[in-house]
Amino acid sequence: MSKNNVLIYCELTDNNTVADISLELCTKGRQLATRLQGRLQAAVLGHDAAEAVKSLSPYGVDDIFVADDPRLAPYRTLPHFSVLSKLIGEQQPGIVLFGASSVGRDLAPRISSCLRCGLTADCTALEIGDHTDAKTQKQYKDILLQIRPAFGGNIIATIVTPETLPQMATVREGVMKKEIYDPNYTSTVHNVEVSLNKADDEAVVILSREIEAKRIDIKGAPIIVAGGYGMGSRENFALLHDLAQLIGGSVGATRAAVDAGFCEPERQIGQTGVTVRPKLYIACGISGAVQHRAGMDQSAKIISINTDPDAPINAIADYTIIGDAMTVIPQFMTAYKNNLK
Amino acid sequence: MKELKIVVLAKQVPDTRNVGADAMNADGTVNRAALPTVFNPEDLKALEMALALKESVPGSTVTVITMGPPRAAEIIRDARSRGADDGFVLSDMRFAGADTLATSYALACAISSLGHVDAIFCGRQAIDGDTAQVGPQVAEKLSLPQVAYAESIHEVGDSSLTIVRRLERGSEMVRMQLPALITVTSAAKDCRYPNAHRLLRFYDDEVPLRSADTIGADLERLGLKGSPTKVKKIENVVLAHKDAEQVAATPEALTGLAQTLIKEHIL
Repeated sequence: MSKNNVLIYCELTDNNTVADISLELCTKGRQLATRLQGRLQAAVLGHDAAEAVKSLSPYGVDDIFVADDPRLAPYRTLPHFSVLSKLIGEQQPGIVLFGASSVGRDLAPRISSCLRCGLTADCTALEIGDHTDAKTQKQYKDILLQIRPAFGGNIIATIVTPETLPQMATVREGVMKKEIYDPNYTSTVHNVEVSLNKADDEAVVILSREIEAKRIDIKGAPIIVAGGYGMGSRENFALLHDLAQLIGGSVGATRAAVDAGFCEPERQIGQTGVTVRPKLYIACGISGAVQHRAGMDQSAKIISINTDPDAPINAIADYTIIGDAMTVIPQFMTAYKNNLK
Repeated sequence: MKELKIVVLAKQVPDTRNVGADAMNADGTVNRAALPTVFNPEDLKALEMALALKESVPGSTVTVITMGPPRAAEIIRDARSRGADDGFVLSDMRFAGADTLATSYALACAISSLGHVDAIFCGRQAIDGDTAQVGPQVAEKLSLPQVAYAESIHEVGDSSLTIVRRLERGSEMVRMQLPALITVTSAAKDCRYPNAHRLLRFYDDEVPLRSADTIGADLERLGLKGSPTKVKKIENVVLAHKDAEQVAATPEALTGLAQTLIKEHIL
C-alpha cells in the first residue's frame, strides 16, 4: 500500500551532489519504511544530476523519481512546488520528509498548504507508533510520531497528524545519522515528466547567486567549547576561543548567546542549530534548555562550568565545576599547559 | 509605478526569553495569558521593509493584520505609530488552537477580504514556534509567488521587486513579479522607532477586532478543528541524573581534572 511508503525530498547542492541532510533523511526513512513494510522513495528535482541519483541507492532507496529540467536548477519555489506536489499526489506516500534547510523550509509549508496536511518543523526524533484520540477514543495504528522540543524549553512534544496524509516533517542537518544501508542496493529510477506553466516559471527569476564556501563548520569537531548567555558578552567569548585553540577544539554557542550577538550563527548548537557529538563538550555559562541539550547530549564527555549548581546541564554532565567561567577557564588553561609533556 | 496596496502580517508573541513554569496548558497549547509579549522581531523588520516600499511609491498604503486575543491590538497601535496606515486584529475564539495550516487559512481569508493586494510582507518566523511555515502557506492559499528570507529590496521596478535574499550559505538576488508574498529575515534593516506625534495620536484609538464571520472563512478550516497536527503528548524532561563528579573551582582540583583528561586521551 502506498501509504506505507516514505518519500524523501532530496536537495541538490550547487555541485549537483545530494545534500548531507537528504542522505541523513534517507537513512531515517529507510528505518521507517522497513518498520512499515513500505518502500523508501526519493524525489530528485534538478538538472544533469545523474551522479547524484546514483549516489542514493546505497542508502536503501527503492524508488528514485527524477525530474530533469534546466528550469529546476538552481532551486526556485514554484517550479519545485509544481513538480513535487503533483508527484506526491500521484504516489500518495504516507510520509514525506524534508530537510529544515533554506530550501526545505521554503518548499514544505507550501506543499502542506496545497495538500492540506500537517507539517511539523525541526523534529529531533521520528518514530512509528500508535495513537488514541483522547476525545473520540479513535485508534490509529502505525502513524508517524513527530517528536520535538517545544515552547519554553523544558518539554518534549510528540505531534501526530492522524487524519490527513501524507504526514510531513522537517529535520535539521546533523540531527539524524547518515549511514550506508547496503553498498549494492538497487533502486528503480522513474523519470518524471516536467510540465511547468509559464507563469510559475517566470514569477521569480534569479538574477545572481553567490554561494560561499562553508566558513564555520563545528559539526565534526572532536572537542567543543560552548558558551551560553551566562558568558555575558562577546568580549568574554574570546576566552572560549583561546581555550578551544589551546586544546584543539571549536567554539559553539547556545541560541541565547547567538541572539545576543556573542558569536556567529553558524556556531549555534541545538534544535534550531547544529547537532554535535564530540568526544568532549565543555559547557560554559550554559543553563541547558532542552533545545540546546537536543544538539549535544550525545557528547562522549561533558564538563559544565556554571555558577548555578542547579543548572539543568549539570544533570547530564560528567564533571561539574561550580564557578564563574571567566575565572575557571584561565585556571584550567594554566593547569593544562603545566601538565603537557 | 502606480500606488501599492501593501499588507504586513504580524504576530504578538510571548517573549521566549522570559518564560515561566506555567507557560503551557494541560492540552499542550500555549498559556498566552501567563507570558509577557512582544512584537515578533522579524515581523518588525517586515514592517520596515513595507514602510520603505510605501515611501518609494507615493500614494501606497500599509495595512497590518494580526491574529490573536484582543490585547494583540497593542502591536497594531505600535505599527501605526511607526507609520502603518491602518490594521486590525483577527480575534475570535473560533481561531483558537490553530496550527500553522489553520492560521494561514484565516490570514489568507482576511487578506482576500481586502480586495486586490500588491505585496504582502511578514517575518520569516515567529520566536515562539520558529516554524517559518505561515508565510509560504499564506502565499500558496492566495496562489501568489513567494520569496523567503528577504534581506533588502534592491530595486522597485514596474510591477516587480528586485530582492536580495539570504540563504544558509550565501545570497541570491531575484526579481519577482507583483503581487507576491515576501518573508523577511533577521538580517534585514531594523524598524524605525515610533513617531511621537503618531504615538499620541493612535494611543487611544480603537483597533478594529474582526471575527471569523467577517472574512468569509469556512469555519471547519479554522482553529483546533482545522488543524491537522495534534499534540499527542507533552513530557516534562526528567533528566536521568548521571553521577557527575564535582570539581572544585580551585587550581589544584582543575589540575587534577586536566591530568585525568590527558591520561584518558580526551585532551
